[in-house]
Amino acid sequence: MSNIPQELRYAKTHEWVQLTGSTIRIGITDHAQCELGDLVFAEAKPAGTPVKPGQVIGSVESVKTASDLYSPADGVIAASNASLADQPEQINTDPYGCWFVEIELTAAAWPANLMTADEYKTFIGE
Amino acid sequence: MAEQTPLYREHLQLSGKMVEFAGFLLPVQYPGGISAEHLAVRQEAGLFDVSHMGEIEVSGEQTYAFLDYLLSRNLDKIDQAIASRRALYAVMCTADGTAVDDLLIYPLSPTRCLLIVNAANIAADEAHIRAVADEWARVDILPADLAIENHSDRWAQLALQGPQSLQVLTKIASGLAGLGAPSTLTARFAADRLAWVAQLSALKKYQFTYLPLPLLLGETYDGPLHLISDDFEAGGTTVLVSRTGYTGEDGFEFYLQPEDAPLLWRMLVAAGAKPAGLGARDTLRLEAGMPLYGHELSRTITPREAGLDRFLALNKASFVGQTGLLAEPTRQLVGLVSLGKAIPRAGYLVLSGDQVVGSVTSGTFSPSLNKGIALALVERSAVTADDLGLPSAGYLAALPSDVDHTAGLHTLAIEIRGRAEPFALCQIPFI
Repeated sequence: MSNIPQELRYAKTHEWVQLTGSTIRIGITDHAQCELGDLVFAEAKPAGTPVKPGQVIGSVESVKTASDLYSPADGVIAASNASLADQPEQINTDPYGCWFVEIELTAAAWPANLMTADEYKTFIGE
Repeated sequence: MAEQTPLYREHLQLSGKMVEFAGFLLPVQYPGGISAEHLAVRQEAGLFDVSHMGEIEVSGEQTYAFLDYLLSRNLDKIDQAIASRRALYAVMCTADGTAVDDLLIYPLSPTRCLLIVNAANIAADEAHIRAVADEWARVDILPADLAIENHSDRWAQLALQGPQSLQVLTKIASGLAGLGAPSTLTARFAADRLAWVAQLSALKKYQFTYLPLPLLLGETYDGPLHLISDDFEAGGTTVLVSRTGYTGEDGFEFYLQPEDAPLLWRMLVAAGAKPAGLGARDTLRLEAGMPLYGHELSRTITPREAGLDRFLALNKASFVGQTGLLAEPTRQLVGLVSLGKAIPRAGYLVLSGDQVVGSVTSGTFSPSLNKGIALALVERSAVTADDLGLPSAGYLAALPSDVDHTAGLHTLAIEIRGRAEPFALCQIPFI
């Protein structure tokens, strides 16, 4: 069973989203890191990048596969977690402690089309 | 509907992550992960279920005359290979010289051989071999005495790979694996058990032998120790063991009855072989610079382009693909190591300046080198003619990434997520 914190919301592309004021933090879920396996590469788009829903905001790679992270909302990347690139394996051990970017939202509210923890749990078939 | 191999239940028991591969359900990895499985094979011993591989038997008086026409390699020393029981690698080509498949020939006897082919190609290979046989029978003076049989579902195949492979087998033979060690060992039986390990230990690379399954499993056995190819039949208890593999390490492959495979698998695991999945199989073969059909070889890639010249005999008497293979290739397979953190993947474009000069055929993160590595098919004009002076991948992977080393190196770029990432040409194999 994967870890799915109640206070976060989730995208169909397996990102977790945390809302604080008008900012969201984004990372990949426990389920995602488990499916990908040993992560050996991670990068996040730099601060200052304007983003729209569905736009790539970062990437992770395991030995075998590459996968992108997508923005759930309109906004501008306010902070980018550069330390992930040096220790991508941290994402395997602490997926919810490893955020990729913080986005300053154009509209300060939960982005549309995100799932609650219970909905995500059903979505991944657990 | 994907097929299960005879070891399907073993994989589930070990919590293997099952995926469909070439029509078979196989583990891509077990819970330990690809890197751990990869390193176990490089440093200790790993165990793979390769039962999906196809077995096509060719038999009859004209077996090798036919193979000489069917395959692009030199078979003029086949008598020696039969006598010394040595398997041979070969590429089977289309009339244009591109690859239908790459395969291993086990010359069982002067009138019988087993071709081990890729799972994804079994049906296409069988059709190709039959078509070539029909064509050959029309041209040949003698009526073709030739039987071609697809026996793929009659054999299971296990691959024990890694520097400690022989130790794993010794452990089984000495009854230390805690399995199949009967308390009432006769003196002859005890001696026989050590004799079979000695027999395997004496095998040279690519050599094979036959063993009675009961001895391998540590069961009582009174039959003959020295078996011949006639004993190796579907439904029998004779196992073909060869010193072969697809990892670049020492190791053994076992061909046996599907119903006997689970017991041998459990025996090898109990003796310390670590189960490894398709993921590690791919990263291991890639580091070893071995081609994978569908990537480095295909119906649009010739074995010359794939750098397999040493397995080709272009000037032998007529064979399928000869005309196509005699043309000078314009593309060449090269090895590339990342000079940064980028990881190349199959299909990514290779650039020289702003020119696209080829594409990656296989790419991965290399668990041995901790770097991205790739095999890529590129225009010959983009690389120097000979690669003898190229540095090893290990040397390149160890360069500190914060210094610009590109000056003394032959570099190309690979386009990854819209960026031209720097790579250096290196020797193949990568390890």
